[in-house]
Amino acid sequence: MAGAVMLARLLRTPALAETLAPHQWTGVLSAARAEQLLGALAYRLTGMDLPAAATTILNDARALALETRRGALWEAEVVRRALAPLDVPLLLLKGTAFAAAGLSAGQGRMIGDLDLLVPRDALEAVEAALLAAGWEWAKAERYDQLYYRRWMHELPPLIHRDRDRALDVHHTILPPTARITPDAAAIVAAAVPLGNGLSVPCAEDMIVHAALHLLADGDLSGGLRNLWDIDRLLHDHATPDFWRSLAARAVLHGATVPVARALRLAAALFGTAVPDARARRGDAWFVRRLLARDGWGRETRPMTRLAFYLRSHWIRMPAPLLARHLAVKTWVRVVPARS
Amino acid sequence: MRHALSLRVGPIGFRIGSEWSAPVAQLASLYAGYPAAEVAEATVRLAPPRPWRRMLRPTVALAGDHMLPDAAPLPLAHAVLAAEMAMNLQVALGHRRHLLLHASAVERDGRAIVMTGESGAGKSTLATLLGARGWRFMGDEFVLLDLATGWVHAFPRLVSLKNEAIAEVAAQVPGARFGPLLTGTPKGTIRHLVPDAAAVAAMDVPAMPALLLFPRYGAAAGVRGVGAGEAFVRLTQASTNYVALGEAGFDVLTRFARDVPRVAIDYPDTQAALAQVEALWRAL
Repeated sequence: MAGAVMLARLLRTPALAETLAPHQWTGVLSAARAEQLLGALAYRLTGMDLPAAATTILNDARALALETRRGALWEAEVVRRALAPLDVPLLLLKGTAFAAAGLSAGQGRMIGDLDLLVPRDALEAVEAALLAAGWEWAKAERYDQLYYRRWMHELPPLIHRDRDRALDVHHTILPPTARITPDAAAIVAAAVPLGNGLSVPCAEDMIVHAALHLLADGDLSGGLRNLWDIDRLLHDHATPDFWRSLAARAVLHGATVPVARALRLAAALFGTAVPDARARRGDAWFVRRLLARDGWGRETRPMTRLAFYLRSHWIRMPAPLLARHLAVKTWVRVVPARS
Repeated sequence: MRHALSLRVGPIGFRIGSEWSAPVAQLASLYAGYPAAEVAEATVRLAPPRPWRRMLRPTVALAGDHMLPDAAPLPLAHAVLAAEMAMNLQVALGHRRHLLLHASAVERDGRAIVMTGESGAGKSTLATLLGARGWRFMGDEFVLLDLATGWVHAFPRLVSLKNEAIAEVAAQVPGARFGPLLTGTPKGTIRHLVPDAAAVAAMDVPAMPALLLFPRYGAAAGVRGVGAGEAFVRLTQASTNYVALGEAGFDVLTRFARDVPRVAIDYPDTQAALAQVEALWRAL
């Protein structure tokens, strides 16, 4: 056993770490790095009696995570300053939100882009203010721009010209073309202020978002990390009342099926204490996809991966729209641009 | 992976996996004097970019824990170069325990000369030739600065000699052990040199930095002092992880640039450079 399977077992039961052989460590560390879970693993195994070389590597991962966190929170503050004059609600999403709100899910987490949610009617003003403050388009092609603006749940990705940091400005949390259309206005209305001009979604909405991000918004690349977010969020919030409010929130966003599945998968892989977490038909496929990584950090199970890749397009867009999108993308690639 | 090798160079443990036996056999022979890694920090994978490229015009794609998307594959005959490039990349992109400087270093009496400069400045050749003249060779690709003490840690990998340097080192270092001659690589002709046994045996012994040298090959002999500010800026450019280290990187680099004597030398040939270095060392 190696790779993602052992990684998941260690995250679930840290005490196992003291029984690992050196060659198993090398495999787990490679898989953890590939799944962007090395920092999370390092925090999970803090203070344990491990081989010196493993301890050193995990200490480095913790130091890197702290630096990443500092950079992510600074980026959020820079965006806040740029948008402060507009006086619109600014919600941090995903990694930056977990870190800013001091949640377990933020501990050791890799944070790449800054994800921000603003009310849809503020989008134009936000965009103008960001462009004026030094952000630029990462994708400037005309079709990409049109595509994002017409069909996606976010502006085309931005990047800051001095700091080289990416920013995704969302107006909702799934593409409007997806089969599930969460209630973005409700997320903004229930946001929890952090006291510094920024907010985060309420705990229930964070979990709904994480579940949709995992199961309704892609091919499960990085899925193990997304599932670990869900485990940690539930770890911080699970009370009998919370399960009820989470279920109600999932209904509101039309997300009961993915949320229920995410909870079952978290229970299956990480032992998350979820009530009534008995596996259902199809869950085994998701487990198979989530653990498709070997001890050399390589992707495995190409057919399973392909199936989930096809599924990701199927659930994000109706077929005619997908066909049209792919046709345009092909056309743009084949026919040289005319000036 | 079908074939694998574990080795440790200074503080960094590597695991190299390959779909072919030849690269692992070559590397195992060149790195025979190095210990195995207890737990490898960095993984390198040598595998074909497409399945049929294992047998048909065999080609090695560079892969590992950290990769650059545009790294071009190399022919199997250049597998040692591919492995070395991939190992460098893992360190450059992943290592955080030390400040990494793209530099070479030699040591004498517990004190180190750190040499940095653009590719072609001569830092590999100088470090190698000094290593054959009573200095301890500490590395020619990365110098690792300890974040707490500012001391130099050795990273004595295979020396990557390019073009004219190959013949020059072969002539001046009798008994040197070389890897296969690689012609037509993206960097010209390359031949790897195995560091001497003393350099490998002492690779866990750090040294206090005593001189920072900016050598430049191809001009009339000249020596000038370098200000701390200029040195700092040049070193930030020579470091692959300065930004990622944040405050810790800033602290160690400012101390290094301020406290270590700094000299730029121009030299017409390596004999002149070796004399300049010895003279500078005596004057310290």
